[in-house]
Amino acid sequence: MSLDSKIPEGHISDKWTDYKDHLKLVAPNNRPKIDIIVVGTGLAGASAAASLGEMGYNVKAFCFQDSPRRAHSIAAQGGINAAKNYQNDGDSVFRLFYDTIKGGDYRAREANVHRLAEVSGNIIDQCVAQGVPFARDYGGLLDNRSFGGTQVQRTFYAAGQTGQQLLLGAYSALSRQIGLGRVKMYNRHEMLDLVKVDGKARGIIARNLITGEIERHSAHAVIIASGGYGNVYFLSTNAMGSNVTAAWKIHKQGAYFANPCYVQIHPTCIPVHGTNQSKLTLMSESLRNSGRIWVPKKKEDAEAIRAGKLKPTQIAEEDRDYYLERRYPAFGNLVPRDVASRAAKERCDAGYGIEANSTNEGVYLDFASEIQSKGRQTAYAQGNHNPSDEEVISLGKKWIEEKYGNLFQMYEKITDENPYETPMKIYPAVHYTMGGVWVDYNLQSTIPGCFVAGEANFSDHGANRLGASALMQGLADGYFVLPYTVSNYLADEIRTGTIPTNSPEFDEAEKKVKDSINFFLNNNGTKSVDHFHKALGDIMWNKVGMGRNEQGLTEAVAEIDALRKEFFKEVYVPGSADELNPELEKALRVADFMELGQLMAMDALQRKESCGGHFREEYQDAEGETLRDDENFKFVGAWEYHGSDINKEELHKEELNYEFIKIAARNYK
Amino acid sequence: MAKSAILKSSLAKKYWMALTGLFLCLFLVGHLAGNLQLIFSDALHFNEYALFMTTNPVVKLLSYLTYISILFHAVDGIMLTVQNRKARPIRYAKEDSSANSAWASRNMAVLGTLILVFIVTHMVNFWAVMHFDKNMPLQTIHITYQGQEMDMYVTTNDGKYIPTDLSNTGLEIRNHKEFYDAAANLKMAEGIKDLHKITFAFFKDAKYGLIATILYVIAMFVLAFHLLHGFASAFQSLGANNPKYNGLIKGFGKGFAIIVPLLFAIIPVYIHFFAK
Amino acid sequence: MASSKFININLKIWRQKNAKEKGKIETYRLDKVSTDSSFLEMLDQLNEQLVSERKEPVAFDHDCREGICGMCSLFINGRAHGPDTGITTCQLHMRMFKDNDTIFVEPWRSKAFPVVKDLVVDRSAFDRIQQAGGFVSVNTSGNTIDANATPVPKHDADRAFEAAACIGCGACVATCKNGSAMLFVGAKVSQYALLPQGKVEATQRVLNMVRQMDEEGFGNCTNTGACEVECPKGISLENIARMNREYLVASIK
Repeated sequence: MSLDSKIPEGHISDKWTDYKDHLKLVAPNNRPKIDIIVVGTGLAGASAAASLGEMGYNVKAFCFQDSPRRAHSIAAQGGINAAKNYQNDGDSVFRLFYDTIKGGDYRAREANVHRLAEVSGNIIDQCVAQGVPFARDYGGLLDNRSFGGTQVQRTFYAAGQTGQQLLLGAYSALSRQIGLGRVKMYNRHEMLDLVKVDGKARGIIARNLITGEIERHSAHAVIIASGGYGNVYFLSTNAMGSNVTAAWKIHKQGAYFANPCYVQIHPTCIPVHGTNQSKLTLMSESLRNSGRIWVPKKKEDAEAIRAGKLKPTQIAEEDRDYYLERRYPAFGNLVPRDVASRAAKERCDAGYGIEANSTNEGVYLDFASEIQSKGRQTAYAQGNHNPSDEEVISLGKKWIEEKYGNLFQMYEKITDENPYETPMKIYPAVHYTMGGVWVDYNLQSTIPGCFVAGEANFSDHGANRLGASALMQGLADGYFVLPYTVSNYLADEIRTGTIPTNSPEFDEAEKKVKDSINFFLNNNGTKSVDHFHKALGDIMWNKVGMGRNEQGLTEAVAEIDALRKEFFKEVYVPGSADELNPELEKALRVADFMELGQLMAMDALQRKESCGGHFREEYQDAEGETLRDDENFKFVGAWEYHGSDINKEELHKEELNYEFIKIAARNYK
Repeated sequence: MAKSAILKSSLAKKYWMALTGLFLCLFLVGHLAGNLQLIFSDALHFNEYALFMTTNPVVKLLSYLTYISILFHAVDGIMLTVQNRKARPIRYAKEDSSANSAWASRNMAVLGTLILVFIVTHMVNFWAVMHFDKNMPLQTIHITYQGQEMDMYVTTNDGKYIPTDLSNTGLEIRNHKEFYDAAANLKMAEGIKDLHKITFAFFKDAKYGLIATILYVIAMFVLAFHLLHGFASAFQSLGANNPKYNGLIKGFGKGFAIIVPLLFAIIPVYIHFFAK
Repeated sequence: MASSKFININLKIWRQKNAKEKGKIETYRLDKVSTDSSFLEMLDQLNEQLVSERKEPVAFDHDCREGICGMCSLFINGRAHGPDTGITTCQLHMRMFKDNDTIFVEPWRSKAFPVVKDLVVDRSAFDRIQQAGGFVSVNTSGNTIDANATPVPKHDADRAFEAAACIGCGACVATCKNGSAMLFVGAKVSQYALLPQGKVEATQRVLNMVRQMDEEGFGNCTNTGACEVECPKGISLENIARMNREYLVASIK
């Protein structure tokens, strides 16, 4: 099958408008005859379900959590971008489009990204109308801040809880539709397979996680909005339940999986503390607005710190290496995430890491300068032109507290260290996956009727996502893209009638699901699911992590293959099928992670260039910056499933054409 | 909608608790002002005040409102407590409530029940005696008239005294307090009931006076704790919570909860130990 | 992280097979727990131990493990989210406990939050309250007025945000001696009542949400203030008062 991205003709800024104007519609009286399934209730899923329900379709929404409000979009901290130019610093739709393409290291589709930038302003309007309490200034108007990879202030925020506020906004819209009976919500349900009838997506098999019942649900279209696959690394900033299963199941049914090797390693997370650690905690990128990142200039200082003999505050200013400011004077501490992460790894690999864990991985994020300067500014604004040092520090801390209070508190609770007094210790951690299910301009996968939205698809962020863009994409897909493109698809379904669930296709899908559940429950292994998940995570982090090379990747493919075989032989899953059984849930998810992990390594192996989050050590310049190969790799790598041997997956290429942006080396210096 | 909302909803129950509670706080102030006359005024004035309180139509109306409030406050409180217990059918094996809330706030139902018991006994001891007891004494006064010492009944008719020795007057007492010209079957005057006397007698009683005083003081402790939470809580229930004024409300509430019961408690202690 | 050490603990955990069967407290011994572990990581460790002994692991709710999703619950040593304030259970660290401590772990107890299994409860009552009115009735067309067309006083916007910070974990219900959900409902009512966008349907909203709250079987608020203390997001009692006010006005309108 050739990949048709269905990008409309025309000038980039007219494409979406023209396209929308010519899409087919479903009349209001026909919409109640049509069923739509939405899997996942994060920003993309909740907003899609709410919008489609509101239009009049019969929507069934599924989430594995106990409430749609818990989806992991809720954890996004920093903000959401929109080209509003409220701050009058030269922002525009084009600039947001350009920054996003550039930030993605020229590996995203122009048309999709431009559409995203176009609707970004509507998102803010919509959310404000829904009662999302964004931060405001004293004039009562919306406030903005700056994020990595941009030179304008276009990020809207609600303290350090922007994702929460946006998700609760979408959840409120969804709740409204549930209350009106337009959306039927299935909490604590996990999709375990897609059902295809005559090549089209026609329903899902879901497990009721409380009763264990295997349920059949039919629909005329299925939307997968199940988030990213960062948990393949075991340790990540993702929620414990975040998984790839829904996306992977449709991949196995024929949806291509694009760019799986594009993983974002977030530069500012709390470093790993021990082997029992279950997850990593992010410290918002917004902190880089105020914090300066450094390690000691002298190796002996770093060693002394690790040994507990020196405190960071004892290192003199001239003995500190503010390596981001040194290497990237133009963007300084606000370089994009992939750049910041690699720079931290470079310093730690060179022996300057300051955390006393097994890998010495950690750098400082220091707020002392900001406390000084903001303290002085505040004092001045209060009419105190000659403040004492204590006054400055106290005012500065107050300023910091107002801006980042909850993050500082969170940091202190976790690490038992006070970040107002001593710099934060941070280190990169797996955060977001730019890769995902391949979709065309309509966000439809290679399976007709199966749409994929939000982090689960691959479409908008190229090889690296800019901060505050994930929230934007999730809501854009759900509120402003899918309602049009799904309707266009469904216009041909008004005569179909309800899809029966007693067809052989449903029988077969259900049997397959039940078989795999029974397999795990009857497997007489000795090791826990987590044991294998951690082993997988180790391989992934060490060989398919921040720095990758041919040898490591080749090893990873083989090691994961072997681990997968051992997993099926040796895993032990307690309990039964007809009850709440978290171990069983994990086993089913880890089985999919194993396959995906292998594909990620294969994808990283075939991409013989460095771009964005994908850093192949063989392809870097003299200063350690990424070396893209636009001649040979300016394509989306979309993989087609060919049976359980992942080595047999077939790569399809979608060429990326840059008509409106001049492709160039990414430079933040 | 609105009708059932204001009568049946959980929030409505809170409003009624708060409104009746605050009204009873006002009642306490009025009652205390009267009681303090036991210390700061004489028997005659106290009894005249008591008479006023039992006969004035406005006061009567207020007193009925008080009875209803007490009843409503108690019934509503019991209903709330029952409902609240149902909201947690299985209790915790371990609970550390003192870490997050004040003792009084968690024990309003118990405190309230004790207060209710107190109110009932209190009414039996004084209110019922005042209203129904056949042996309720009438206010008398000792005067010297034309060089002769004598005791006279004080009546509600200004300046009219009736000798306590009715034998030569042709008068008789009917309905515990009315003086009738027996021959003419004509009501001549009405005596003032001597609440002062029975109050003193009650707390100075050789046998039970001390225990009554102690129990009264304990009851006032209970009342203080009830008010300690209840006063500010009523404002919260009615929606009055503004960081600007919360300190004031809470401070006033605390003061009220300590001072009012304290003053109430001082009276029997004074009577028992210090009054003649 | 500098002072990392290991402790041994005794756990008393509520075990219940499912919603229908009766449960009871079981005792477990867990050795070598790092004080840097979070409480949930300690439970992971216990479950690893149970699985290795071929015993049924303890079911508990958790997801984001960074204090924002509201999925984790647990009544630990008599307190919702354990012996600390301003945090969820996933943010509770074992350094709060001492060697050889006995730790009680129970599910949220409320008629409206029935136990599903072990420490897992069903909090869908909160969803239903939200569905009854916790929204602004605006369609998701994107064709609303410009976001800056209606200025909102910073004070109101900030109060609305503080109310909206609620994560719906149910600690307020769990800790309240009456099992009352008024902090949750009050926060939601407040968020919208404070913003001009939400004021339009404020009357109907508060009536509907309170009606649903009552139907779910939550208890009544007696203003003990425990919810405010135990709320991981520090949602203020002011929000309950605001709901009381809104409801009073709405019901006499």
